[in-house]
Amino acid sequence: MDLQIVLLLGQDGITSGAIYALLALALVLVFAVTRVIFIPQGEFVAFGALTLSSLQAGKLPGTLWLLIGLGAAVAFADISWALRHHKMRRVPLILFYNCGVPILLAGYLLAVSPATLPQPVQVALTLAMVVPIGAMIYRLAYQPIAEASVLMLLIVSVAVHVALIGLGLLFFGAEGSRTTPFTDMSFQIGDAVLQGQTVLVVVASLVLIVALYFYFERTIYGKALRATAMNRTGARLMGISANLAGRLSFMLAALIGAFSGVLIAPITTIYYDSGFLIGLKGFVGAIIGGLASYPIAAAGAILVGLLESFSSFYASAFKEVIVFTLIIPVLLWRSLTSRHVEEEE
Amino acid sequence: MATELGENPVAPVVLDVRDLSVSYGKVEALRGINLSIRKGEIVTVIGPNGAGKTTLLSALMGLLPAKGDISYLGEHQGTDRQVEHLVRHGMTLVPERRELFGEMSVEDNLLLGAFDRYRAGHRDHLETMDQVYDIFPRLLERREQMAGTLSGGERQMLAMGRALVAKPKLLMLDEPSLGLAPLIIKEIFRTIAALTKTGVAILLVEQNARAALHVSDRAYVLETGEISLEGPSKELARDPRVIESYLGLGHRH
Ligand SMILES: Nc1ncnc2c1ncn2[C@@H]1O[C@H](COP(=O)(O)OP(=O)(O)OP(=O)(O)O)[C@@H](O)[C@H]1O
Ligand SMILES: [Mg+2]
Repeated sequence: MDLQIVLLLGQDGITSGAIYALLALALVLVFAVTRVIFIPQGEFVAFGALTLSSLQAGKLPGTLWLLIGLGAAVAFADISWALRHHKMRRVPLILFYNCGVPILLAGYLLAVSPATLPQPVQVALTLAMVVPIGAMIYRLAYQPIAEASVLMLLIVSVAVHVALIGLGLLFFGAEGSRTTPFTDMSFQIGDAVLQGQTVLVVVASLVLIVALYFYFERTIYGKALRATAMNRTGARLMGISANLAGRLSFMLAALIGAFSGVLIAPITTIYYDSGFLIGLKGFVGAIIGGLASYPIAAAGAILVGLLESFSSFYASAFKEVIVFTLIIPVLLWRSLTSRHVEEEE
Repeated sequence: MATELGENPVAPVVLDVRDLSVSYGKVEALRGINLSIRKGEIVTVIGPNGAGKTTLLSALMGLLPAKGDISYLGEHQGTDRQVEHLVRHGMTLVPERRELFGEMSVEDNLLLGAFDRYRAGHRDHLETMDQVYDIFPRLLERREQMAGTLSGGERQMLAMGRALVAKPKLLMLDEPSLGLAPLIIKEIFRTIAALTKTGVAILLVEQNARAALHVSDRAYVLETGEISLEGPSKELARDPRVIESYLGLGHRH
């Protein structure tokens, strides 16, 4: 096989591997903190990519209406909680975050023409719309049943996934779309061409991973999330509420998803349902890490990316089969080597 | 009985519990518990294994649903008491199982003790952590070590230190002397006695009845879910029923 092809495939594999690694981290995070197997993780990728491309097409993305709707529902739930617990003082803040901010965002988007905005602003707006949706979904779908079994939480995940796919179709239609590349630079290395966009994806993923590392190792909120993952009762006794930890982890998961979507949107055509398969590959990486170890999950995800890109070249009809078959020996190996841990009550 | 009055009858009541009962499913673990504790007071609850001592502390902390009337810092509490709400108002529990964060350093465990104060806008955690290191110099030596690898005694110190970083108004300790060497037990009880100078109220659950009665102002004896005896600790320590069941033959006064 010739070097140029290897370089090309390697480049491709590492690019998608970097994205899968980000998603694997999000899945491990969400599972460790809340015990939720977050099937809809990939939908945030699609929503990120498609929201950005809507903005670039000069349209008002449906994501905005979803944000406003969910915000109103969260405000309703939180305010009725506050009324029952005589915490009237919280009401203005609840209204501001859940209704005020989305409406301000809508006002801004209606006032300007989004297509003409500079690209970084478009990306910021996309994240501002998609990221809060993560926390809102936690509040509405998972928080009321936070103590339920892993299976019950998984069932809810499937329901949320289906709902988001449906909304995606409604908002963005069945056509796929791409966004404008962030850069059209390319580098010549010997005979091979290194695309600037590819470098950008890898670098941006690394930056995000390093930022997350600092968040978890150096900030008190990051430590609080890790503490919740380690010992729920201990964390509650420190005043780290399960609700706070849940909302925070879902917000991070949504951020990671939307950010990944924005990164790959210029190099891959994204459809309303593309997120699922992308998320699933991140999931294979996360499974390799046993839904517990971040570094192994990330390495597993890179492996998935490489495997996918090489198999798409040598056996393109079987590329998905090969990737998902990887999970079988991994699961076998894990079940043989790991002690069985009883699920916490 | 004149037991409603503690050492200092004018100090404000921190916690007042009337007719508390707690059930695990159909089994009632606590019945008709009345208990109160004032600022600066050490109150101890002694009793045999399975009497419901840990259940009592868990219920007070909001970890278990309870029936009855609880008021804390003069505020009447509804039926669904929230742990987070109580933590915010200075109630802290060192649970029987300690619940440390095993894969985090000693320092991070202490830091998280200050999480809620940090969130409420206080930025004095470094100072309070230093105070804890003064009380337990061993923790300072071990500050980079993972909590999960600490010795039993060091874990107890860390659990108590983590609670102190929260600057509690009511500190509840579930068997702080569990599994410790006599010398360290002395140290721990000396620390507990010294803490009341800061005005904190301490609710102490102990197997080590002798030490607990010695350090506390008032005591309750809990047996099969009910309070069977209560009174000033000095009086209880002389009560023949307490001597027979909890102080044993070794007690000669
Ligand atoms: N989760 C639970 N479900 C059912 N029963 C329980 C549960 N936890 C405790 N119990 C029972 O409630 C009773 C009181 O238990 P608790 O742990 O409060 O006792 P304790 O006084 O703290 O005992 P020890 O001195 O051994 O720590 C015991 O009979 C115990 O078996
Ligand atoms: Mg106990």
